[in-house]
Amino acid sequence: MDSWLTTILIVLPMAGALLVAVAPLSAYWIGSLATLISLVEIGFWITAASKFDFSSPALQFSQQHSWLRDLNVSYHVGQYAFSLWLVGATVVVMAAAVIYGWWVGRERARAYFALMLFTTGAIVGVFTAQDLLLFYAFFEAMLIPLYVLIGAWGGADRLRATLTFVIYTVVGSLLMLAAIVVYGLQQGTFDLTKMGPSNSTWLFLGFVVAFAIKSPLFPFHGWMPVTYRQSPPEVSAVLSGIVSKAGLYGLLRIAIPKFPTVAHDWRNVLLVLAAITLVYGSLLAWRAPDLRGVVLYSSMSQSGLIVLGLFAFNDLGLDGAVLQMVNHALISASLFLIAGMVERRTSTGEFALLGGMARGRPALATVIMTAGIIGLAVPLSTAFAGEFLILAGAFQQGWAWAVVGAAAIVLAAMYMLRAISGVLHKDVGPAVPESALDLRLGELAVVVPLLLCLIGLSAWPNLISGHAFGGNQAHVTISQGLQK
Amino acid sequence: MIAKPHVDWFALSPSLALTGMAFLLLIVAVTVRKGARRQVSAFLAFGGFVTSFALAILLDDKSPVGTTQVHDAIFRDRWAALAQILLAGCGAVAVLVAYRERMRDEHIAEYYALLCAAGAGMMFFVQAANLMTLFLGLEWFSIALYVLTAIDIDLIGSLEAGLKYLIVGAVGSATLLFGSALVYGQTGQLSFDKIAASGHAHSAMLVVGLAMIIAGLAFKASAAPFHMWTPDAYQGAPTPVTAFMSSATKIAALVVTYRVLATAFPHDERLWTYAVAVIAIVSLAWGNIAALLQRNVKRILAYSSVSHAGFMLIGVASANAIGARALMYYLIPYAAMSLGAFAVVAARERELGVPVTLQNLAGLGWERPFFGMSMWIFMLGMLGFPLTGGFFGKFYVFAAAYDHGFWWLIVAGVIATMISAYYYLGIVRSMYFRDAAELQLAPAGGSPPREWLLGAGVLACVVVTVGSFFAVQPLIDVAQSAAASLPF
Repeated sequence: MDSWLTTILIVLPMAGALLVAVAPLSAYWIGSLATLISLVEIGFWITAASKFDFSSPALQFSQQHSWLRDLNVSYHVGQYAFSLWLVGATVVVMAAAVIYGWWVGRERARAYFALMLFTTGAIVGVFTAQDLLLFYAFFEAMLIPLYVLIGAWGGADRLRATLTFVIYTVVGSLLMLAAIVVYGLQQGTFDLTKMGPSNSTWLFLGFVVAFAIKSPLFPFHGWMPVTYRQSPPEVSAVLSGIVSKAGLYGLLRIAIPKFPTVAHDWRNVLLVLAAITLVYGSLLAWRAPDLRGVVLYSSMSQSGLIVLGLFAFNDLGLDGAVLQMVNHALISASLFLIAGMVERRTSTGEFALLGGMARGRPALATVIMTAGIIGLAVPLSTAFAGEFLILAGAFQQGWAWAVVGAAAIVLAAMYMLRAISGVLHKDVGPAVPESALDLRLGELAVVVPLLLCLIGLSAWPNLISGHAFGGNQAHVTISQGLQK
Repeated sequence: MIAKPHVDWFALSPSLALTGMAFLLLIVAVTVRKGARRQVSAFLAFGGFVTSFALAILLDDKSPVGTTQVHDAIFRDRWAALAQILLAGCGAVAVLVAYRERMRDEHIAEYYALLCAAGAGMMFFVQAANLMTLFLGLEWFSIALYVLTAIDIDLIGSLEAGLKYLIVGAVGSATLLFGSALVYGQTGQLSFDKIAASGHAHSAMLVVGLAMIIAGLAFKASAAPFHMWTPDAYQGAPTPVTAFMSSATKIAALVVTYRVLATAFPHDERLWTYAVAVIAIVSLAWGNIAALLQRNVKRILAYSSVSHAGFMLIGVASANAIGARALMYYLIPYAAMSLGAFAVVAARERELGVPVTLQNLAGLGWERPFFGMSMWIFMLGMLGFPLTGGFFGKFYVFAAAYDHGFWWLIVAGVIATMISAYYYLGIVRSMYFRDAAELQLAPAGGSPPREWLLGAGVLACVVVTVGSFFAVQPLIDVAQSAAASLPF
């Protein structure tokens, strides 16, 4: 039974997507069916987490079936501790996004919820695939529903958004495909747990560029602003919260363990890019004219921070990176959903037209405050724990990296406080109608659970940072190439 | 008294079944009354392709060891038999697509007769074992296709397309024939294995002949720069004919190309691998870049077929067992995607009554969920996305190129795929992201005709496209046993 848990987590939402697509129900019931499926998915994840042996660094709940014997490709899925946490973040954020979509009553519900559920399955697949070709299949499969979700339900400029999004991601993933073909044939197998290390710089770069586009890292972030602004808010939440983690996960699972020497040689390049992403993203977030702009650029800067942690190559950095991935998934999903809620009331996200929304709307004010404060990594919050671990790890690589990171924390406070006060305080903006309601119960039901997860993690960040790499130290596990 | 060779009727049976059906259909054309002719002839043609499909499967089963039959004129092996299975499948789906095509009743039986004749010719062609049968098969199916392209005189451009196809196709055939003559002149041999054994490799005349044979076959495979007829012929021909041409002709031409090169010219392998690789790259570049500029969906798909010829030629250029496997595997989802995509275009065309462009594809995804979803799957498959067989097709040809050491072909293929994303996803974009109301399109005949047969054909294509992703190993096993007939 246990070996089926990973497969269930992948297949359940995909089968649910099929069910939602054909079930003869009204739009409302389609939405509630999708919600039910995404909640059952969380239930299965909790079962998996409760059965998970955190003292072991080995692959768990794994299952392998022959698929393409000819080239030693197999259906091989399973979870390491860090995959388990990322899957957890995925199912929680996806459930929040599905419920939000249900609450706002998206048109063409059948197609919409089917695509959302399919996305869930594909993302869980990315985090659990232990075969390189299967990983690629899920990595690409994730793109298909997102493309239509943005294009069919997005804002006015959605055609340009989808085009940019697809061009960037297809370029990245095809470079990765070329690298996968060559690497897999060199090794004689595509099984990630059996593939040995490689010394090829070209292959390493093929993977890294694909992951850097997905994350995104400077200078591969060109697709991000228009895509995040034009998507429906819950799709932006999924993109920045979860899909971007697929790129970071790829670095952690493939690029670093499978190319140890090359990764070591290219470490400084990656660290510089990460630092630029971090600072540049923060500055852009500080100057962004709209709420989503702040969230999307802060999301970019966080990617930089996480890469800083990954390429610190030590226990602190790696543990912190995994913790921060989960934190950021929850924070950025909450913030995008909140941005959507604000936009529904005022039909804009421009700070010039917003302001003064705190008065008479206590729930909205509390939620934005809480999410924003955790997002700027105030001490005692889980984001602070994550950033602190990453900076401590980076410090061991050289004090300069830690200085850059610390500067970015100050910038984070600047942009986040600016965003909070831009929406909540100051004079009442021209776009804010007197009649704009406080958050409704349905909206609270979406965003409060995410915040509760964050508050819970703030109380005990070690739940993730101390249990991300099994019994071993993180660095030892990674440098063994994750071959168990 | 001329000694008659022993004739293996069973080896010829898939081709003969269809030839017989073509004759029967010609009789139907004059005996059955007008009102019932459409139904009777479509039924018979479908039956012909299904019979031929079954016979080809039997032939595949009973020919584990490849032999030559009828005085070394034809091959009886799994390479040919598998190609025949695919061809028969394409023909059967093409009949389903053609059934409701708005076409005059008087030539309807001839239409199906020609379709069967073209299918029979292709099946004969893929078995060709010497230069005579090669040319005979080529002309057999080509002439049938020339007429089919021009058959609908009510359709604007159909006649012109037929004429263009005829002239350019004739140049291609002449090139092939001239090449064959040079090869025969040098070696004194007609059959492929004896040409290989004659020991005249690298001699100038043979090499020139080889080049002309490659060019002649590339005309039929519509590989660039021999593709000039493709967009016009595909656009002008009635859409069901285009669907059949784009899938079946490609199967026949590529399968034979690989066979001729591998069995007749193994000693010049170094030469032809590079030649084919260059043709592949030119096809990839030309097909994909030209497709970017098109607005007419049939022309987009025509250029896409040029680029797919490029991908499959990567498998040929690899000249190894994995390449042969890759080609055979690739053809399975490709044929399904190509047939299916043209079938959806045909459905839209009948609904609107005008040629289908990116503009008037708008809203198809929401109005016709099944066709929209299917088209989406075909486009993603052609792009080589996972969850479709197109993914493993590309993956396999890349693997073959890597195995041969042609890593630069992988680079070319990857760049071509990146470019192609624009127009394949452009079709998805037109279908889903824009409202028909916004563009003020009105279906010509109100509610769409109920096209159960066409729908069934599209469904079959979807099943093959998606199924070949999940069931890749069984199909690879089949392709492998077919490829075992080639001398690698």
